[in-house]
Amino acid sequence: MKLNDDEQAMYDGRDGPAVQRAMDLLVRYGEALGAERLVDTHNVCGTISATTPFMRDFAQQKGGMDAVFSEFNLDSDDVVAIPPMKTFTSHLQLGFDPAHAEQMGISEEVVQFYRKGEGYIAGHGVQLMNTCTPYQVGNIPTRGEHCAWMESSAVVYCNAVLGARTNTEGRESTGAASLTGKIPYWGYHLDENRLGTHHVALDVEVSSTSDWGLLGYFIGEQVQDKVPVVSGLTAVPNLARLKHFGAAAASSGGVEMYHLVGTTPEALTVEQAFGRKRAMATLRYGEAERRRAYEQLNHTARDHDVDYVMLGCPHYTIEQIWEAARLLEGRKVHENSALWIFTPSAIKALADRNGYTRIIEDAGGLLMTDSCSAMSRAAPKGTKVVALDSAKQAHYLPAILGVQAWFGSTAECIDAACTGRWKGAYA
Amino acid sequence: MNAANDGTVLRLRGRKVVGGIAEGEALVTDAHISGWGGIDSRTGTIVEMRHPLRGQSFAGKVLVFPGAKGSSGWSNAFHLTRSMGVAPAAMLFTEMTTKIALGAVVTRAPAITDFDQDPVALIRTGDWVRVDADAGTVEVIRRPAATGAS
Repeated sequence: MKLNDDEQAMYDGRDGPAVQRAMDLLVRYGEALGAERLVDTHNVCGTISATTPFMRDFAQQKGGMDAVFSEFNLDSDDVVAIPPMKTFTSHLQLGFDPAHAEQMGISEEVVQFYRKGEGYIAGHGVQLMNTCTPYQVGNIPTRGEHCAWMESSAVVYCNAVLGARTNTEGRESTGAASLTGKIPYWGYHLDENRLGTHHVALDVEVSSTSDWGLLGYFIGEQVQDKVPVVSGLTAVPNLARLKHFGAAAASSGGVEMYHLVGTTPEALTVEQAFGRKRAMATLRYGEAERRRAYEQLNHTARDHDVDYVMLGCPHYTIEQIWEAARLLEGRKVHENSALWIFTPSAIKALADRNGYTRIIEDAGGLLMTDSCSAMSRAAPKGTKVVALDSAKQAHYLPAILGVQAWFGSTAECIDAACTGRWKGAYA
Repeated sequence: MNAANDGTVLRLRGRKVVGGIAEGEALVTDAHISGWGGIDSRTGTIVEMRHPLRGQSFAGKVLVFPGAKGSSGWSNAFHLTRSMGVAPAAMLFTEMTTKIALGAVVTRAPAITDFDQDPVALIRTGDWVRVDADAGTVEVIRRPAATGAS
């Protein structure tokens, strides 16, 4: 891989050992990819926190958060002192909500360790957004901006909806990017790789948020990590729908970029979406495909008594919290069930101010931040059956927690929380 | 040569992703693998619900698969398998992505891609596989198809 003079100087150690380790990783990574060079980035989203007992023990035995960063954010063989971040860096979601650690079964010791780590992270100039949706809380890249993001649901939103450019980075590559302002120039940083590969024609209307989840789940399974181009939309989807759609497609497959003809910025027309490429295949999405996606998402569910309802994957928008609050107002969460809703802490501040937090709490639910059940592996004690309005969470949670999962609409989920019974159905 | 083989030797060539030499029993799947949420990093076991290898561990095996899918926690999940001592011995895959590239780099197991023949189609679970990633070569010693008792 070719390095320019500045990159070579960093690689040779001009800016100290941590930056040297970062460049060493970027070169190993870039060569593994077959990248020819690096590109400048001023927008990194990654994770540094240590929220598991393993990470805490690792830190305590090997030299604190510098040791965690050296090993898990730089893949360094030795522990090096970590300087402040060079590039604007946003922190993604964590392993628990520090404000609701007790409910999540997190020990006080782990919380204490996390709090110290949070000071370290902020002290190094990382923004404590602590969400899988940084684009909701102040990190909205410009079209064409080169980014280094992890979190598959955020990556696909960044590329497809915002028209910024990022690959799905990982903990180590974002760590290296935050100290150098560099990332391999490969994949979705290049024009030609952003063009469509598969055409998806809609034979059914896709309108509700759960419709978008089903469509995303179908497309991901069909195209894996290719670039689908969806035509035939009858309405413009909002943030919550595209957030759900991308997260679903990135979970069942590995979709990092897509086009919605007439809606997303690099697909004003079908011709623009495909450029000089031709569709490898045309997929039709009709009633049968939609039903199959629904059945796959519900394939673990048998028992209709619901112990736990989790909403907020990816983290809820304020509009979704408003909707949940309206559905909950005047009702109570059933004594045999529980309701946890996850959102970025900045949006929770707004929900507090708008009175939604009080409505949710008065009903017996919790509005939580920074995490989710899949990230934390945490659910209310004794949970065997969950209800979810997120295709992504329904994809992952049965494997992670060994639970049964029902997938349905937000209204069906809130109803399950309030009655303790799943009454949702394919509609 | 290994006593259990039926004598057939296959050779594949590809491009080095991560250097090094390793050998082991093949674990082959034609399904993409999820890292975070798809494997248990403490045991190296595939846990994804509908995955054909669900319940099987790749620890010490030569993992042969099309590529990575799912969460960006892929690299960290495989990085942790190295920390826990349950990483694959080597990785052979056909579809390059940032997830698999970074994951292979931090797992530090020899890894090869861009093959002259499809390793997923040619190599069978249970075959003995020698990987020389620096040279970009893979030698496969065919073992009889598993009978269920082996």
